[in-house]
Amino acid sequence: MSGPIVEAEGVVKTFGPIRALDGVDISFEAGIIYGLLGPNGAGKTTLIRVLTTLIRPDAGTARVAGIDVLADPTAARTKMGLAGQFAAVDDYLTGRENVEMVGRLYGLSRGDARRRAAEVLERIGLVDAADRPVRTYSGGMRRRLDLAASMVGRPQVLFLDEPTTGIDPRSRIDIWNLIQDLVADGTTILLTTQYLDEADQLAARVAVIDCGRVITEGTPSELKDKLGGAVVELTVTDDCRDQTLAALATVTGEQPAYEPSTKKITVPAPDGARTLMAVVRSLDSSEIVPDDITLRKPTLDDVFLALTGHHAEDQTQTSATKPRRPRRIR
Amino acid sequence: MTALPARSRVGLAQAVRDTAVITKRNLLRNVRLPQLLLFSTVQPVMFLLLFNYVFGGAIGRAIPPAAGGKYINWLIPGLVVQVATFGAGQTALGLTEDLSKGVIDRFRSLPMARSAVLAGRTMSDLIRNGLIISLMLGVGFLIGFRYQTDFVRLVAGVAVALAFTYAMSWVMAAIGLAVKNPEAAQSAVFLPVFPLVFASSVFVPTQTMPDWLRAFADNQPITVTTNALRGLILGEGALLPGQTVEGQILAALAWAAGILAVFAPLAVRVYRRTVS
Ligand SMILES: Nc1ncnc2c1ncn2[C@@H]1O[C@H](COP(=O)(O)OP(=O)(O)OP(=O)(O)O)[C@@H](O)[C@H]1O
Ligand SMILES: [Mg+2]
Repeated sequence: MSGPIVEAEGVVKTFGPIRALDGVDISFEAGIIYGLLGPNGAGKTTLIRVLTTLIRPDAGTARVAGIDVLADPTAARTKMGLAGQFAAVDDYLTGRENVEMVGRLYGLSRGDARRRAAEVLERIGLVDAADRPVRTYSGGMRRRLDLAASMVGRPQVLFLDEPTTGIDPRSRIDIWNLIQDLVADGTTILLTTQYLDEADQLAARVAVIDCGRVITEGTPSELKDKLGGAVVELTVTDDCRDQTLAALATVTGEQPAYEPSTKKITVPAPDGARTLMAVVRSLDSSEIVPDDITLRKPTLDDVFLALTGHHAEDQTQTSATKPRRPRRIR
Repeated sequence: MTALPARSRVGLAQAVRDTAVITKRNLLRNVRLPQLLLFSTVQPVMFLLLFNYVFGGAIGRAIPPAAGGKYINWLIPGLVVQVATFGAGQTALGLTEDLSKGVIDRFRSLPMARSAVLAGRTMSDLIRNGLIISLMLGVGFLIGFRYQTDFVRLVAGVAVALAFTYAMSWVMAAIGLAVKNPEAAQSAVFLPVFPLVFASSVFVPTQTMPDWLRAFADNQPITVTTNALRGLILGEGALLPGQTVEGQILAALAWAAGILAVFAPLAVRVYRRTVS
């Protein structure tokens, strides 16, 4: 099959006064992991719900595996699997019963459902716990079970809504490996995340979504190039702040950003450690000693600050007050 | 890797199968947590004991002789209908719980019959309520209940109660889906049901009620269904003059069919609205 495997065009969804999706376009080819990156309330879950036929958009079209999800939702459902943001598993059933039930509802015969459940439980590392009631599972195990259930019908496209949120770092790596295995086997995955490093690790392409709109789209490295790779972050005493900002502007040729609430000054460091050393030399010659100075990778927050002019976490607060001036993008 | 064929329509056979899968899933909860069934039985048994021993002596004088001179014989058919009514409330609670836990979203993302979620829920609650009624009848027998007709009629009486509880499950489904959250469902379901159960012939004969209340009590479905059960279990002498057993059975079944005809489509409509 050629052409995009998932395609959304001009998708709008409102909840009363809230425009959860405000004209979203995404499109990607089969066989990749596509990342949907955005802060709380960005519209990630709403977009997944539209694509998985759980809600009808107010406007726009969506196709999954070549099937129009609005015109033919039942056919589309045979092609996809969903693991929602909160594990939808039955506490009083065993892990195996949960997965077998979903297999049956995909239309598998009893025997096929049993075999397939054993297969995915093995694959997801839940064999030992498979016959225990889910009530006794940890949060990470429930998450994995939910993932197992979403895989049981061998969907062409898997939708994973924040598959690693609230999961300890080790289980997180396990889930990453599993996702990569699935893609190696030919499944296409759309996953949402709030973590830049996750999108970076896994996704071949990423759409950054904010306030119901895709604000940028591309490969993770394209995304980071927009930010210039690394950032120098420092704090100084209030009386030498202006002098510092001027010095930084001269050294890097960029306007530094100052965040009053944290008193942090950040400036892009396109040459990494070299930029940091140049900054240090310049401050030293002006006899400024920063309280703290670090060179770090850009975070999701930096992406947001750069692309939207507001922080990822406090967008509701920021949009209610005066919008901050966007930092210049190289 | 064999992909599943894309299917645009879910056939009837598949719909029946999906309903069976959901029914089994819902029932497993009662098997895994047997306390659930027990607690649901404790309440009617408590009513049985309280009414039988506390009020039995006083009320006993007002009941028709068809009850064999024992208040418990008169009370049991009423309590069966009470259990059928309260038990239906479970449909609302089960649905709201599945809604709030995202289970319904999971079902809706699968290529299964859409009807199976509601059909499976009402079916499993029907089976569950049948079990509770049997348990309660068992306790009744232990403390002195005896049917005055024959066993076949007792079973027929239970069948009428099941028709009623099934219809009421659809009322409760509509209420639960409309209020959505489990805590709100708890009161939304039992608030309207309590006055209906008490302003009926379940516990006491309606003759002692003031006229205005009696006019209501005599004609509401819980009384009609209770009368049908009493007629079947105790004989025609348990009914008011002019009432026949067949007449009360027909009236009870008509109520069940009417409630079902109104509330099943309504519940389906509320379901569609709630989930999207
Ligand atoms: N059923 C609903 N009713 C009302 N508002 C809703 C509903 N679902 C989502 N919203 C609103 O739509 C916006 C987008 O929500 P959505 O859940 O898609 O965000 P998200 O990106 O998944 O966020 P998170 O990272 O917190 O999961 C939010 O403002 C949210 O409050
Ligand atoms: Mg979300």
